[in-house]
Amino acid sequence: MPRIEAIDVSKSFGGVHALQGASFEADGGEVHALVGENGAGKSTLIKILSGLLRPDGGQLRVDGQEVRIDRPAAAQRLGIGTVFQELTLLPHMTVAENLLLRREPRDRFGLIRPRELSRQAAELLSGLGLREFDVDSVMSGLPLAQRQLLEIAKVVSRAPRILLFDEPTSALAEREVTWLMDVIRRLRDGGRTIVFTSHRWNEVHDISDRITIFRNGQRVGTFAAADIDENRAVELMTGRHMSAVFPPLPPLGAPEAILEVRGLAAGRVQGVDLTLHRGEILGIGGLQGQGQRDLFLSLFGAQRLRAGTIAIQGRRVAIRHPREAISAGIGIALVPEDRKVEGLFLPMSVRQNMTLPVLGALSRLGYVDLRRETDTVGRMIDQLAIRTTGPDQIVGALSGGNQQKVLIGRWLVTNARILLLYDVTRGVDVATKHDIYDLVTALSADGRAILYYSSDTAEMAHLCHRVLVMREGRAATELRGREITADALVRASLRLGGEVPA
Amino acid sequence: MSAPAARPSAGDRFRRYALRNASLLLSYLVLTVMGLYYVGYAAGHGQLSVFSVTSVFNNTMPLLVAAIGQTMVVLTGGIDLSVGSIISLSNSLAAVHMQDSAGSVLAWSGLILLIGAATGAANGALVAVGRIQPILVTLASLSVWAGVALFVLPQPGGAIPPGFTALLAGNAWQIVPASAVVLGALIVFWIVFRRTGLAVALYAVGNDERSARANGVPVAAAKIAAYTLSGLFAALAGLYLSAVTTSGDATTGAVYTLTSIAAVVLGGVSLFGGRGSATGSMAGAFVLTLIVNILFFANINPLLQEFFQGLVLILAMAASVLVNVVLGRTG
Repeated sequence: MPRIEAIDVSKSFGGVHALQGASFEADGGEVHALVGENGAGKSTLIKILSGLLRPDGGQLRVDGQEVRIDRPAAAQRLGIGTVFQELTLLPHMTVAENLLLRREPRDRFGLIRPRELSRQAAELLSGLGLREFDVDSVMSGLPLAQRQLLEIAKVVSRAPRILLFDEPTSALAEREVTWLMDVIRRLRDGGRTIVFTSHRWNEVHDISDRITIFRNGQRVGTFAAADIDENRAVELMTGRHMSAVFPPLPPLGAPEAILEVRGLAAGRVQGVDLTLHRGEILGIGGLQGQGQRDLFLSLFGAQRLRAGTIAIQGRRVAIRHPREAISAGIGIALVPEDRKVEGLFLPMSVRQNMTLPVLGALSRLGYVDLRRETDTVGRMIDQLAIRTTGPDQIVGALSGGNQQKVLIGRWLVTNARILLLYDVTRGVDVATKHDIYDLVTALSADGRAILYYSSDTAEMAHLCHRVLVMREGRAATELRGREITADALVRASLRLGGEVPA
Repeated sequence: MSAPAARPSAGDRFRRYALRNASLLLSYLVLTVMGLYYVGYAAGHGQLSVFSVTSVFNNTMPLLVAAIGQTMVVLTGGIDLSVGSIISLSNSLAAVHMQDSAGSVLAWSGLILLIGAATGAANGALVAVGRIQPILVTLASLSVWAGVALFVLPQPGGAIPPGFTALLAGNAWQIVPASAVVLGALIVFWIVFRRTGLAVALYAVGNDERSARANGVPVAAAKIAAYTLSGLFAALAGLYLSAVTTSGDATTGAVYTLTSIAAVVLGGVSLFGGRGSATGSMAGAFVLTLIVNILFFANINPLLQEFFQGLVLILAMAASVLVNVVLGRTG
């Protein structure tokens, strides 16, 4: 009998299916890897099994018994411990306080014994082979990798029977990964069940007994680790789908550099060179968190540069603030992934949202010229096929895809020459996705230069003239034209050797 | 594993403690400087006496007690604006009902504390279960209890039993201010409280509510407890104010809403929650009171009192930011 099972589990977020009838089971004394592309549903499944999300349908079983896991505490009671991608450490508390939270040693009056707390924490860490931590230091002062280790140590020390790890190695260096793999082997040999997700194939293959592959919210298959190689796995992860839904890319004329970036370093970006040409759609690929976001933000002036230069049509510019990016001399606009946080004013109207950056141009003597504003907004609504009752509808009432179009429309109004589109189709329904694809290619045909990032590999493969795949803050691989296939992108992202087609 | 760190030396440990508690230590420093200035000036002008010291303590205690309660709420990342009205209500109830007998004093003190705790619990329930923003909930109850206080005591007046005043605002053995004894007890209370599971929960919630919940911390219960304690301490502050002023006034507490927050901030407690200590807030309360006394010595128009309190607050904030920046750590 499997120790933990998910049977036919579904979960949607506002019309987007993260899991559609996904099943999965893992036994005691087993290491079971979940692999798949970004958005395949692995993390959603882990969150459901640990009580952070409730499934829309399906069954969960532990030791063959159907269970309800409606909150983290319920999962803990069932013996399920989870190391989440987002850490659950308390930043202003010490290492010891974090490790033993809710399990602090007490004296006979029920009061916490601070020295004993530190002693037990140190003992716990050294038992796991982590001797070098100072347990009295404050969490927020520690580097990410160390915090990740402590998160792992905290969960492991609670001795759960079932351990779920969601991307535990993404922040770890090689030595620390080796440590984690040792811990996992010891736990397995002790009869525990370990489920983990990872993007690093070698890790997955080395440590797992079985591997389950997810694609589009469903299980594609479960294999004994010995029975599957990376080529087959990549094929199953990416599938061969979606090629028909993308519009043909407009041909590029003679290359005319619009944006030239040299040696840019900001946030996680560690030195990127790129040239973006007139009419070109340049994809920025790679796994999540390789610096793509910081690259986009820094080009928009929302993230400070540590080093590097930016030139627009051969003229060097400094972009210290989004206001400067938007300005006529530069003309860079950003459409961010989380439009609610970084772009739109949901309680305001379509009209107000669209014309905000150009109110000055639409005004005379400080008064907005309403007729010109109405004309401009009406034109955009038509051009972008925004499904709205009119310019005065509240943006919050539109569907996600149409909100996204309003935001794109705003930047068209500003006549931005360079558009930074960051994961703009995330959480958008299929029909609107197509509209956005059409719009992106139309903008490219119109001569605008587009920097495009998407967490959907198929989009990157079909919508870009050229793709720079980022790894660890650098543009590691460049793919052009026919070279850009989902397969090649995944390979380049995962740093798999071999068959990148020439 | 990565970046091996040897066991830090005593000097390092002190430096790190200072770094982590820079704002707290700064509040102690400001208090020490002001206290020395006060004592020096008073001694130099023949005004240092048991009476003058006792009166500084007595004038500080209502604010200090209210600030402890406010600290509990601020540690969770919330704010309690109802403190002032609960103080007014307690003062009004005491002035109207408390008789000069041990039985009456005890019964009414107990009842007033209970009412304070209940009002706080109501705030907490609305914040934690009703998920309404703390500032809205407590702004509403600020208004509600101010109204009830006026209903209890429409005109300033009433009387506080002298025995009650002697107990809280008098002197023990003719020389030790009773307030100093109470202060000692409050410090001990905080030291003990800091080691309870509830205190850990308050800090955890203020650190990161999502993480606290993921670790099994009972977030709602912790918040309700924080507001309940704040109400309880506000009622105690009201009783203290009654003992010190010996009369009743249904509007007398209003000022404490903002000064209790100021004391907490001066004491280095982060308004974002999760960081700070009630001992800092106590120091902050003393600083705010000493400013008034020092202005008096310095012959500055007492009408400028609030101006200078605000000025000290801004300077303390600026100094705290500066210290943190210099020590290489922001926020």
